[in-house]
Amino acid sequence: MTVSPLHAWTDRLAALAPVLGAAEVPFRSQLTVRVSDPDAIAATGATLGIGFPSAACTFTSGTGRFGDVEVLWLGPDEFLVTASPGLQVTIEEVLRGSLGTARGSVVDTSAQRTTVVLQGPRSREVLAHGCSVDLHPSAAPVGTCVQTLLARTGIVLQVTGDDTVTILVRSSFAEYFAAWLTDACVEYLAVP
Amino acid sequence: MQLIPCPWCGPREEAEFHYGGQAHVAYPEDPSALTDEEWARYVFFRDNPSGPFAERWSHNAGCRRWFNAVRDTRTHDLLAVYRVGEPMPEVTA
Repeated sequence: MTVSPLHAWTDRLAALAPVLGAAEVPFRSQLTVRVSDPDAIAATGATLGIGFPSAACTFTSGTGRFGDVEVLWLGPDEFLVTASPGLQVTIEEVLRGSLGTARGSVVDTSAQRTTVVLQGPRSREVLAHGCSVDLHPSAAPVGTCVQTLLARTGIVLQVTGDDTVTILVRSSFAEYFAAWLTDACVEYLAVP
Repeated sequence: MQLIPCPWCGPREEAEFHYGGQAHVAYPEDPSALTDEEWARYVFFRDNPSGPFAERWSHNAGCRRWFNAVRDTRTHDLLAVYRVGEPMPEVTA
């Protein structure tokens, strides 16, 4: 049986419920796409059915041939494609084919990070305890995707809804992140 | 903590960045023709100005891109940032 990085934390994350809906969404398919040629980026987006983000620090999402897919901007020539579990091998082959003769690479990085979805009106406030990026809705609207440090661990932070934030954290740092999150919620749990 | 404006990601905390030394140090055109002294000068010798200094920085915890910045070594103010390949902008300290 494959155990997800935050398997042991399922109950403790669920116990944050009055403050924050926090749950791991394990084993998402994740592919790092490195490509700089604008035509190849457009072709890859067309193949996927979801256009790649053109602005820095944003992500795009949509439903295509692989179901619900998100494309995250990680750098000027670097993107992360995320999709439902189990699709990584298929998507990798399709995307690699769509690159054609353009210079670029598609690498399956699904095991690198696990996904944690935080939901609730306090989600931005709790994250602000350890994250220096301005998470106010005016500075980080829905569609924002930043790589930054949260309590000294590297994360990819996606603002997926007004009150919903999706965190991608390295599998080996996932328990540290969960422990930090639990601690950051303490002050809100104490006051009903 | 000081904010450094990454040319891609915008202002971020200094802790997300990594310092890369003096910028615009050209690699020797024919390294094999260099004497030991010339090679040592290329590898080890750097300017040490009091005032504006063009440096390389890397946004390690963010987009992981290298960029250049002009920093005033007296005040630690970042006077300008610009992407790799772009010319050094005019700055007034």
